[in-house]
Amino acid sequence: MHAAAGARFVPFAGYEMPVQFAGLIAEHQAVRTACGVFDVSHMGEVEVFGPEALAGLQWLVTNDISKLVDGKALYTVMCVANGGIVDDLIVYREKADRYFICINASRRHDDVAHMKSELSRFACTVTDVSDAWGQLAVQGPNADDVIASMTTAEVRDMAPFTWLDATVGGAPVRIARTGYTGEPGFEIYVRPRDAATFWDALMKAGKPHGLVPCGLGARDTLRLEMKYALYGNDIDLEHTPLEAGLGWVVKLDKGDFLGRAALVRQKEDGIARKLVGFTMRDRGIPRQGYVIRHGGKDVGVVTSGTHSPSLNAPIGVGYVPANLAAVGSTFDVVIRDRAVPAEVAKTPFYRRDER
Amino acid sequence: MSLPKDLKYTKDHEWLKLAGDVATIGITKYAGEQLGDVVFVELPKIGTKVNAGASFGTVESVKAVSDLFAPVGGEVIEVNEALIKAPETVNADPYGAAWMVKLKLASASDASGLLSADDYQALIG
Repeated sequence: MHAAAGARFVPFAGYEMPVQFAGLIAEHQAVRTACGVFDVSHMGEVEVFGPEALAGLQWLVTNDISKLVDGKALYTVMCVANGGIVDDLIVYREKADRYFICINASRRHDDVAHMKSELSRFACTVTDVSDAWGQLAVQGPNADDVIASMTTAEVRDMAPFTWLDATVGGAPVRIARTGYTGEPGFEIYVRPRDAATFWDALMKAGKPHGLVPCGLGARDTLRLEMKYALYGNDIDLEHTPLEAGLGWVVKLDKGDFLGRAALVRQKEDGIARKLVGFTMRDRGIPRQGYVIRHGGKDVGVVTSGTHSPSLNAPIGVGYVPANLAAVGSTFDVVIRDRAVPAEVAKTPFYRRDER
Repeated sequence: MSLPKDLKYTKDHEWLKLAGDVATIGITKYAGEQLGDVVFVELPKIGTKVNAGASFGTVESVKAVSDLFAPVGGEVIEVNEALIKAPETVNADPYGAAWMVKLKLASASDASGLLSADDYQALIG
């Protein structure tokens, strides 16, 4: 269906993904000023249910799942014993003993194996239901208008990180007040058999509101302007959530969990390297893998970088030693053998209320 | 897409326009479309000597970095400074305002072996 909308496809984690439709910058701007829809059906979904589902998840992830009520969701990471990040995920509570979890496509098989292994001593079941769900993210200031016109459900009133099951555009969907762009909007889980119907209804309802189909290229620039982490770039098994600036999802006082001891130790010892956002003081676009240099030494690496369409300037994210992590600190990014000066910036790089 | 017939092309998607011993060089519309929105262009300094086939600069879209390869060898005698300030011109006017450099050819025979518009069209399909 995307080929009909003029999409160009690239292989991603074994899926054929639309990387762009109208052009990355046009799509990016549509999401910032009107709305866009991303087909993120590649994302994985896992169900965890059973009498000890809560206890199991409390062991598995760093955030405090006991704070959830039915219809609420939270962002978290799960770690291995040394504190390295297995994946970042969103956990939705259906009932006290039933949870729906969204994971990264690229991590699906590792995640499911990890979850099954770690939860084997709890009375709960882990089921990979990725193939039973598609997902569309409708994001942007007009997203509420579009979705509200497709359903009788009170979607405008939905608070961040709430979700509900509803009929939208004639299709039964699971709709969540979440996103990866910094704009208001929804992530909508739809059954594959309903996906084409729902897509067509969405395109029709979206037309008067400027809804544009968007590819993964725009998804990346939008998330990077917010400094939202991308697994495989900014977070991985080699880095802990404390280093990645995700300390806010690490609840050390909730009881024991996998990786807790290592994270407590790291906090006590001091966090030696940190993920920072930076802008360039001279011409050049930072890219993943470029070296960060300071005082003649290679001290870090760029994990994500791009040209920010909203700022019309290059932005980047990377790990640097803690003494270079404060806003205003300077270092060089090595771009094609040239050291280009960069400066640690306040993040998110882009704020809605400043436009 | 119709390609200007008076230009020569390379399999790396550069175009070249010959006037005497001076070659004007840019990248094709197809190259710009494959890259996506071009947001950064890096070009050599005047006086730089480049060999045929060597990288003489870089063009970047939001997503991708791509080297510019010299279709012929020569000395850079002019650089399109305006393009550095308005890189989006590469998508908008690839065969006109988005010329990149002018080279004084090292040897006239250098330009043989480049593709005609028809050959290049066949290459990109």
